[in-house]
Amino acid sequence: MSETVNVLVGVVMGLNLLALASSRLPLLIRTVSWQGVLLGVMPLLLEGAHADWRLVGMAAATVLGKGVLIPALLRRAMRAARIDREVEPLLGYVPSLLLGAAGTVAAVALGRGLPLLPEHARSLLVPGALASVLTGFVLLTGRVKAISQVCGYLILENGIYLFGLLLLGSTPLLVESGILLDVTVSVFVIGIIVDRIQRAFDSMDTRKLTILRE
Amino acid sequence: MTTLGSYGLIAVPLVGAAVAAVWPSERSRPWLLPVVGVVHLALALALLGHAPAVAPGAWLGFDALARAVLPAVSMLFLGCAAYAVSYLRIRAERPNRVFVAMLLLVLGLLSAGHQARHLGLLWIATEAVTLACVPLLHFNGTPRAYEATWKYLLVGGTGIALSLLGSFCLGYASLHGGGRGDLTFAALAGQGRELSSPWLLAAWVLILAGYGTKMGLAPMHTWKPDAYGEAPGIVGALLAGGVTTVAFTAILRVRAVMSAAGAGAVADRTLLALGLFSTAVAALFLLGTRDFKRMLAYSSVEHMGILSLGAALGGAGLAAALFHVWSNGWTKAALFLSAGNLRRAAGSASMDHVRGLAAVTPRSAALFVAGMFAVTALPPFAPFFSELQVVQAGLLAGRGAAVGVFLFCLLLAFLGMTRVVFGVVDGRPPPAVRQQAVRFAETAGVLAPPLVLLGLSLGLGLFTPGLLRTAWAAAATQILSLP
Repeated sequence: MSETVNVLVGVVMGLNLLALASSRLPLLIRTVSWQGVLLGVMPLLLEGAHADWRLVGMAAATVLGKGVLIPALLRRAMRAARIDREVEPLLGYVPSLLLGAAGTVAAVALGRGLPLLPEHARSLLVPGALASVLTGFVLLTGRVKAISQVCGYLILENGIYLFGLLLLGSTPLLVESGILLDVTVSVFVIGIIVDRIQRAFDSMDTRKLTILRE
Repeated sequence: MTTLGSYGLIAVPLVGAAVAAVWPSERSRPWLLPVVGVVHLALALALLGHAPAVAPGAWLGFDALARAVLPAVSMLFLGCAAYAVSYLRIRAERPNRVFVAMLLLVLGLLSAGHQARHLGLLWIATEAVTLACVPLLHFNGTPRAYEATWKYLLVGGTGIALSLLGSFCLGYASLHGGGRGDLTFAALAGQGRELSSPWLLAAWVLILAGYGTKMGLAPMHTWKPDAYGEAPGIVGALLAGGVTTVAFTAILRVRAVMSAAGAGAVADRTLLALGLFSTAVAALFLLGTRDFKRMLAYSSVEHMGILSLGAALGGAGLAAALFHVWSNGWTKAALFLSAGNLRRAAGSASMDHVRGLAAVTPRSAALFVAGMFAVTALPPFAPFFSELQVVQAGLLAGRGAAVGVFLFCLLLAFLGMTRVVFGVVDGRPPPAVRQQAVRFAETAGVLAPPLVLLGLSLGLGLFTPGLLRTAWAAAATQILSLP
């Protein structure tokens, strides 16, 4: 089973690069939502036959939340604000991609350097988690529009979720509650804020959020 | 009984928040704040008096660390709550249902966070506090308030995500060391040197960065000036004295695991470096800022630096840092509340538009100046004594150079703050300020809370109760896992 998960983690890492390269918001949102679906399936594959109702519930909630609900909210925010679809990078697509690729390589190297339990030794979860966190940071800092920053934040959270999968067997309650609270509530609130900001500024451009610059 | 009390500290504000959410009258709703505040303080003081025994495996409990800080937060909340009654009457044009409910929710979650003895529970409480503060920050509803909220959420959200990643790393360190998934701090510390040290170090760095963002340590402090500058004074006081404190205790609880695992020296070095860097950055920004509410934010960064510095200086330093939580929290709250009065009367918080407030709002201006002297460690206010103890602990620990840098930063901060404060208090008030000030009389309701908090800070400095000294020392012992 862990082989399948490794393939999926590889796909997630590929989606990270796609997110960095995408110049259109709808594509970015779709990338993030695919990542969410893949992440939701992983716990089922990892636990395999041991999957109980709680695990299935968590997987379903993740797929629904990360894969459907949040992307829908983001699309809605995008339509409501009538913003154009251009991503508008502060950091160009090519430099972002290069950073992302270098980050992925570094993540794999770093993941090898950290001691893992025997049952996790062949897993790609740690490098995948680190690469996603780095990608999230690049998007958070390198993009102008609020929606792309939210997507960056989601990818960052996806990385943390990947890491949490290592702990799923030992402290399931913790991992579930933490992730669900984090994802659902924070993005929900961020969505509301984005809405408010849009009303206040008639734009989704965080470059205009500069009155308070020191 | 004691367990009941410790749950009560969480349940009473949460019930209060629920009641506030359905309370029909806008005029009487704010009174829920002081009512809950009084009950909460009574409970906290009762628990402070009779140190309850906490079962080692408990997820939640009024242990030595909670006992050393939570009563200070409770008192601070009561001060803010008393002020809020008058404040919300002045701001009657804005609906207060969400504001009151969220303030009470924040108090309940802060009580949970301070008492959390479980890694995951602590994270959930801190995350929930972060979210509950969002409606408080944009209470004013101005574009500038929305902007500050957006920055707070983006920076704070990233910080909280990093601390979750750090918590997972700590969990993995325990799993790798043969742990069975028990993530109470007692169990983690009990594993001691069995914890996998690379994972423990990764956890420490991430948790320090994550909770450090929440605390507002430089360079993760960027949300603070905007948030404190645009939020109402009560919210600033509560963030600076309560929310930052829960992040500080979170760091201390992980610090306890670090010392149990034999990595205390590493933890001390990082805390020392972050603490000095924060005081230095804050001092430099204090020399440059022209806005007296943003000045309070940089002053808060400075004092978070002092907490971090104290925490790096062994048992005596930790006890001094916990003392500083009290002295800074109360003094800073008095400053925030009086600054709120000045800001309202002047219609602006910038030195460029505001002068001569001593003539327009003499009482609030006097409180503000006295609070400024108190927070810049003028004797005999409490911050002087707590900072003196940090300095003594530093010299005792052989950190003479760090103490020298620290004192120099305090001097710069003093110069920066006096510059801003006297800039807005002194001189002849411009006509615009005079006209605006007529609309906001200085009533007892907005003067008494900061006065009482400042008086408490004075009293705490002059007659530090022996009970508190033992509480701080006991918490330091708990963190350093001394016998």
